[in-house]
Amino acid sequence: MIAAHLPALQVVVPLMAAPLCVLLRRPALAWALTLAVSWVVLAIAVLLLLQVLETGPVTYPLGNWAAPWGIEYRVDMVGAFVLVIVAAIGAVVTPFARRSVEHEIPRDRIYLFYAMYLLCLTGLLGIAITGDAFNLFVFLEISSLSSYVLIGLGKERRALTAAYRYLIMGTLGATFYLIGVAMMYMMTGTLNMADLATLMPAVADTRTILVALAFLTVGISLKLALFPLHLWLPNAYTYAPSVVTAFLAATGTKVAVYVLIRIFFTIFGGVEVFRINLIGDVLMGLAILAMVSGSAVAIYQNNVKRMLAYSSVAQIGYMVLGVSFATVTGLTGGIVHLFNHALIKCALFMALGCVFLRIGSVNIGDMAGLGRRMPVTMASFVVSGLSLIGVPLTVGFVSKWYLIQAALEKGWWPIAVLVLFSSLLAVIYIWRVVEVAYFRPAPEGGPAPAEAPLSMLVPMWLLTGASVYFGIDATRTLEVAGGAAAFLLKGTP
Amino acid sequence: MSAEATILLAVAVPLVAAVLIVLTGSRPNLREGVTLAAAVILFGLVASLFPAVFAGGRPAVVLGEMLPGLAIAFEVEPLGMLFAGVASFLWLVTSIYSIGYMRAHHEKNQTRFYAYFAIALSSTMGVAFAGNMLTLFAFYEVLTLCTFPLVTHHGTEEAKRAGRVYLGILLGTSIGLQLFAIVWTWTIAGTLDFTAGGILAGKAAGPTVGILLALYVFGIGKAAVMPLHRWLPAAMVAPTPVSALLHAVAVVKVGVFTVLKVIVYIFGIDFLAQAASGGWLLYVAGFTIVAASVVALRSDNLKRRLAYSTVSQLSYVIMAAAILTPLSAMGAAFHIAAHAFGKITLFFCAGSILVASHKTLVSELDGIGRRMPWTMAAFAIGALSMIGIPPTVGFVSKWYILRAAMEAEQTFAVAVIVLSTLLNAAYFLPIVYAAFFRAETAEPVAAGGRARGAEAGDGGNPRHHGHRREGHGEAPLTVVLALTVSAAGILFLFFFPDLPLALARQLAGGAG
Repeated sequence: MIAAHLPALQVVVPLMAAPLCVLLRRPALAWALTLAVSWVVLAIAVLLLLQVLETGPVTYPLGNWAAPWGIEYRVDMVGAFVLVIVAAIGAVVTPFARRSVEHEIPRDRIYLFYAMYLLCLTGLLGIAITGDAFNLFVFLEISSLSSYVLIGLGKERRALTAAYRYLIMGTLGATFYLIGVAMMYMMTGTLNMADLATLMPAVADTRTILVALAFLTVGISLKLALFPLHLWLPNAYTYAPSVVTAFLAATGTKVAVYVLIRIFFTIFGGVEVFRINLIGDVLMGLAILAMVSGSAVAIYQNNVKRMLAYSSVAQIGYMVLGVSFATVTGLTGGIVHLFNHALIKCALFMALGCVFLRIGSVNIGDMAGLGRRMPVTMASFVVSGLSLIGVPLTVGFVSKWYLIQAALEKGWWPIAVLVLFSSLLAVIYIWRVVEVAYFRPAPEGGPAPAEAPLSMLVPMWLLTGASVYFGIDATRTLEVAGGAAAFLLKGTP
Repeated sequence: MSAEATILLAVAVPLVAAVLIVLTGSRPNLREGVTLAAAVILFGLVASLFPAVFAGGRPAVVLGEMLPGLAIAFEVEPLGMLFAGVASFLWLVTSIYSIGYMRAHHEKNQTRFYAYFAIALSSTMGVAFAGNMLTLFAFYEVLTLCTFPLVTHHGTEEAKRAGRVYLGILLGTSIGLQLFAIVWTWTIAGTLDFTAGGILAGKAAGPTVGILLALYVFGIGKAAVMPLHRWLPAAMVAPTPVSALLHAVAVVKVGVFTVLKVIVYIFGIDFLAQAASGGWLLYVAGFTIVAASVVALRSDNLKRRLAYSTVSQLSYVIMAAAILTPLSAMGAAFHIAAHAFGKITLFFCAGSILVASHKTLVSELDGIGRRMPWTMAAFAIGALSMIGIPPTVGFVSKWYILRAAMEAEQTFAVAVIVLSTLLNAAYFLPIVYAAFFRAETAEPVAAGGRARGAEAGDGGNPRHHGHRREGHGEAPLTVVLALTVSAAGILFLFFFPDLPLALARQLAGGAG
């Protein structure tokens, strides 16, 4: 019985839990509730994925209003995959959060933190599950507004300006998206994505739809921080609390990439959007610029969080590159990188969270000698870093393999070269940290920092281990990603 | 025990040993016991595979799929068998050597050293037994990464810089070029399995072949083809056992082994011989042989001289492979084994000299043969093998390569071999001569040091990094034992080269 309502529960459970957090007020209780909810959410997401793998797409009319009049939740392969990514990261970040949040956020605001965290989770899950273009906007705003707050909770005052900047850019993006949706509604009279997909071919050549597509693309590109619209991201990631950075870096931009995929391959699935417009070429160009410039700028950062933020800009480039190929191999690479990069970046930012907890800084100069003082944390950093570089037997390698293969299948070898070049830049910035942590002696005097608490090490290593496991046996993730890509490219959902 | 299990165990045993080494780190004797036991077991495992392979069998095992259609798979073929046999045997010898060396030299972090050493051997086995290019590549990269802490073992500024060069070149080439070549091969051939006769025939043509070959050869940075050789001299900053086993046997041989595998099993000798665009390889390898020898001639630092000699000798293998006849492939395969024994002996000697006398320069070695007769006798044998003078194994491999070059009428290759033999003699023989026939130079400073050394005797501070121990004799027993064994191996393989030769012959399809 409950199984039939899983799609609704996926969103309703965290949504209801958020106000409950406010009522509970005690930090420990709020955390416990969040933990329970995040695990339930993961269980639901996994069940949904299994169901989709078994029976194909699952639809759920909200309030029993039939689509296209009512809001429809629709879980297909891509959606289910993204749900699992978001839910899994949420489930792993929450246990990690307790100590880190106690350290970084004033005690009287902790319950608010968890309320916002749950709302953000709700929004992100909602984006992935809804089959309605306007409803998607609503969830986009839920997740965005809560993430502005989360970022603003950062310890330094600069967190506020970072959040404000993100607010401006994010709102611009959301508004653009809304304008795009409105224009599509004007031409087709529907907001349901499946419905839009069937009606779109008839009106695809009108100027309104072209403009709508432009608004949608630019709006979402702002949200996913595609070069050159990424300017909000480095500050936001740098000054946000460690937990927030770990969570958002692994989920926020991924979900935005998902929306982009949705627009191109579901809503515009029937019109081969890349063939009639320049959009594919533009996206590919920007993705490549993101890959190279993001990695290059990362090399010059002294704040390691900021360094990884720029690395994220580059990694987003990889995902968008995969999308812009519009081939099964390319799209598979892009989608699987959503998952792979989530594992890698979340683990890396968690490691920085541990470092910040113990030494109160994430500047590269302060990390001298940490290889000896926090060996478990730094070992995780190294393994995840290698995965980011794309060393075989890690997930990063799998993504890269597919992207290069996609480029070579099309005969576009310069793109393959640039992908590899960008990986080599990653070697440089990761190794800068490794050299300081392992070769520079720790500063004299002062108390030697101890290893991070177990409640933080276990989640971090869980992700690091997954990053190796799914690198050695990538068949499962690729089965889902490949299936999703094939499904999306078939055209209509 | 089935062959499949044996293959997996060969990769797993050193890994398990690494864990046990870390666990027993506080008790050095037990820890070294673990290393030795693992080395013995590993050699036994590898040896037990030999009869099946020799009889023409190709034991194989698939560990699991990594990417759809691409598995982590192992298959033992003659070349891999030969390489694994050499590497596992020499690990045993090196382990004995390391114990004496590391203790006499008071190295720090010995547990870390032995643990990463064991992991390096595990990945070497993985490379040797890899059944497809993806598996090989994965272990190739693991080998790069797990030897990084060994190269930078001392943690000094110099070690850090060397580590940068090491990692920069090896990771840079493998990710930048080799991975590109592998994905490209996969895209056009649809398989990456090592197949007799190659997988590219009929799938690639024209300049593609030459470009792909270049991506592979330069992408396999461990083969140290010029201009990508600089990591090898840089890596000499590592403790001597590392230089000996890894940078004379395991790591560098993984490089030329991979090149050979690619030429024989990915391209196919016949296919590559027909493709005109692959001809450049011979000249690049020939240039590397001569140029590296010239640099070696001018290096006064003993380990650096040996490193450049290695660069030169590695390209022998590549040049031989590039002649592209069955006989030359056989010579290339045999040279992997021959050079391994010769060069490890030379490095053992260099380390032995360092431990006993703290000397690192060639110009300091006058008369040392009288103090360290065993070491320098072994050095002489190793040097003869490098030059290719009987009765050493170096002669056998050079013989086959030279014969192949003549049969193929490759005058360039013949000229390179002759020239390089002269150069080899020019940079090795003076060392041997000086060690045995020149009188020890008694510098004024050293005279004072001698007096001090005599007074302090062995009871004083054992760390003599500041001044030289003039009163030294031979190195510790295990060190001498190891270098004697490997030197004996050089002679033994000259008189009984049948086993490795048979394997090399199988690789080449029964030639010679």
